[in-house]
Amino acid sequence: MASASVPVERADGAQSAYAASQWKLVWWRFRRHKLAMAGLAVVIALYVVSLFPEFLAIADPHERNAKKLYLSPTPVQILDGWLPMPFVYGLKSERNPETLALEFEPDTSKKYRIQWITRGYEYKLFGFFTTDWHLMGLDTEDDLAAFHILGTDRMGRDLWSRLMLATRISMSVGLLGVIISLFLGILLGGLSGYYSGAVDVTIQRMIEFLRSIPTIPLWIALAAAVPRDWSVVKVYFAITVLISFIGWTTLAREVRGRFLVLREDDFVIAARIYGSGAMRTIFRHMVPNFISHIIATTTLAVPTMIIAETSLSFLGLGLRQPVISWGVLLFEAQNIRAVSSAPWLLVPGAFVLLSVLAFNFMGDGLRDAADPYSIHG
Amino acid sequence: MIQFLAKRLAIYVPMLALMSIVSFGIIEAPPGDYLDDYVALLKASGEYDEGDAQRLERRYGLDSPFYVRYWKWVSGVVRWDLGDSLEFRRPVNELVNDRLAMTVVLGVFTVVFTWTMAIPIGIISAVKQYSFIDYAFTFLSYLGVGTPNFLLALVLMWTAFSVFGVSITGLFSDEYIDAPWSLGKIWDMFTHMWVPMLILGTDGTARLTRILRANLLDELGKPYVETARSKGLSEWRLILKYPVRIALNPFVSTAGWTLPTLFSGSLIVAQVMSLPTVGPLLLKALQSQDMYMAGSIVLILTALTLVGTLLSDIVLGFMDPRIRMGA
Repeated sequence: MASASVPVERADGAQSAYAASQWKLVWWRFRRHKLAMAGLAVVIALYVVSLFPEFLAIADPHERNAKKLYLSPTPVQILDGWLPMPFVYGLKSERNPETLALEFEPDTSKKYRIQWITRGYEYKLFGFFTTDWHLMGLDTEDDLAAFHILGTDRMGRDLWSRLMLATRISMSVGLLGVIISLFLGILLGGLSGYYSGAVDVTIQRMIEFLRSIPTIPLWIALAAAVPRDWSVVKVYFAITVLISFIGWTTLAREVRGRFLVLREDDFVIAARIYGSGAMRTIFRHMVPNFISHIIATTTLAVPTMIIAETSLSFLGLGLRQPVISWGVLLFEAQNIRAVSSAPWLLVPGAFVLLSVLAFNFMGDGLRDAADPYSIHG
Repeated sequence: MIQFLAKRLAIYVPMLALMSIVSFGIIEAPPGDYLDDYVALLKASGEYDEGDAQRLERRYGLDSPFYVRYWKWVSGVVRWDLGDSLEFRRPVNELVNDRLAMTVVLGVFTVVFTWTMAIPIGIISAVKQYSFIDYAFTFLSYLGVGTPNFLLALVLMWTAFSVFGVSITGLFSDEYIDAPWSLGKIWDMFTHMWVPMLILGTDGTARLTRILRANLLDELGKPYVETARSKGLSEWRLILKYPVRIALNPFVSTAGWTLPTLFSGSLIVAQVMSLPTVGPLLLKALQSQDMYMAGSIVLILTALTLVGTLLSDIVLGFMDPRIRMGA
């Protein structure tokens, strides 16, 4: 790959390919991959949600409401007559004479218009600025004016708002976990590939060991060892570190493979002969050569992290209340009877699936685009 | 071959030893002494005496340094004496035996299922590249890799419950749960087995299909295929006889890794579907901090995995002389 660059014929200016930088070439090739572009769009959207979850939330995600347990998603009326002014009907509650349960019916005599960019519950933006602006909400104090896009849960909390906050936690666990495993992977994989010999053998045995043990039993055991009285932040970091430990082996293998290929390459030997130290040789000369591959592999590792966090929390061994993550939300869906009466509890699962697919498509596209000098692909 | 196996064993045995230390770490991890808890429990139920304390001390060496305790525990595991469960107040091996057998049976069936699905699908996808079938399977395999197992289980259970009104949990019908083994019970197990098998196998099938398709596509373009074709060999016979055989090779070598993922994945699915495998037992043990049981189960699962890996090494050794000869 480091040898002569092969110009690639392409529709958008065959000549400019000679002058384009490596990243530009990668981008050009990535752009052709439709699914990968769709994946990229979804990933960006999810991270935007993670930046402003409270703004997108409608109700306080921790606020319970004993009157509105398992409320089904509110049907939003898009058109008011002919005008596209969305509104919701009020609710009237009735006791079912047979089961004695409270049942809700839309009350068509009451209309509540949905307000855009409106004031709602107070929160701290980025943890600093106190504000109460929200994307949407109802302009009423009436308790029977319900605006729950995805319904409510066992405690009457608004699922949509909870989902927005969960997106922040789950996506950030994935990102943070992957950064830690990337660090471990590059460090150990790099050492292994650069030095070979005893160091290589030791690290390779370690990776083989970690790969051949059934990981989930081990890390649920470790997760169970996280003390119950730890603070929310501590548990969050403990779980993230734990999860990152399962991901680094793949990355380390990839890095080592690249190192082995490049180590004997002319430009690396030249650099070494000119007296550049190990660290400089690695980071100045070798890393830029395979960084695009690393990014692709890293992208493909994120979904593993997300699934790991979700599974742990789903079992009740990962993150716990009051932290909200996709897994914590799915924990509510463990009881199949609850799910059959309130299927919207499974919606967080759709988010897990969406994010995992998006990262996978994006990673596939990146992997194909990572080596822009190759001819096929 | 023997030399090759000896080499592999030389890796696995220290691995197992290392893992036993890790498992012992799990046992020792939670604060508070196992004996203290147990004694408190016995005292509460009013059947505690000094003899009990001495017996426990002899069995677990609780006041001795950690290496003595480790040795007592690990030599117990080797003799299949797994200590007592604090939670169930029964010897762990009584609790584990049946569930372990079910875990292995489920694991083996899932592997068989995965292979019988993945091989034909992979071949068809590669031979009919870019056809409708190929796209359909590609899409399905992305979905299969992307869906966490337990989510698939939840959705299937929900569908079965709300559409057909049946609950697809467990491995046996009610009347067979506590019944002794009989032909009827085995048949009953098979009729229940396919749902967890399907759920557990999806991910592996999807992955293996991708691998096989990619490998086969590489092989199909090679000159020897062209040669065979020009000599008039029928298309299917030609494909199955040469390129498929080569494309299957990496297949076997990755089979060793399917077992760890399978035992791992089955744990959560088993919990969701309340299957009688070791998974739910391990979770329960961890939740109630019944650490001797938890540590023993982790170690046993690891040992099982290593045995599985060794088996796949043997198969690979038979299939590929380069590996057997230690190249």
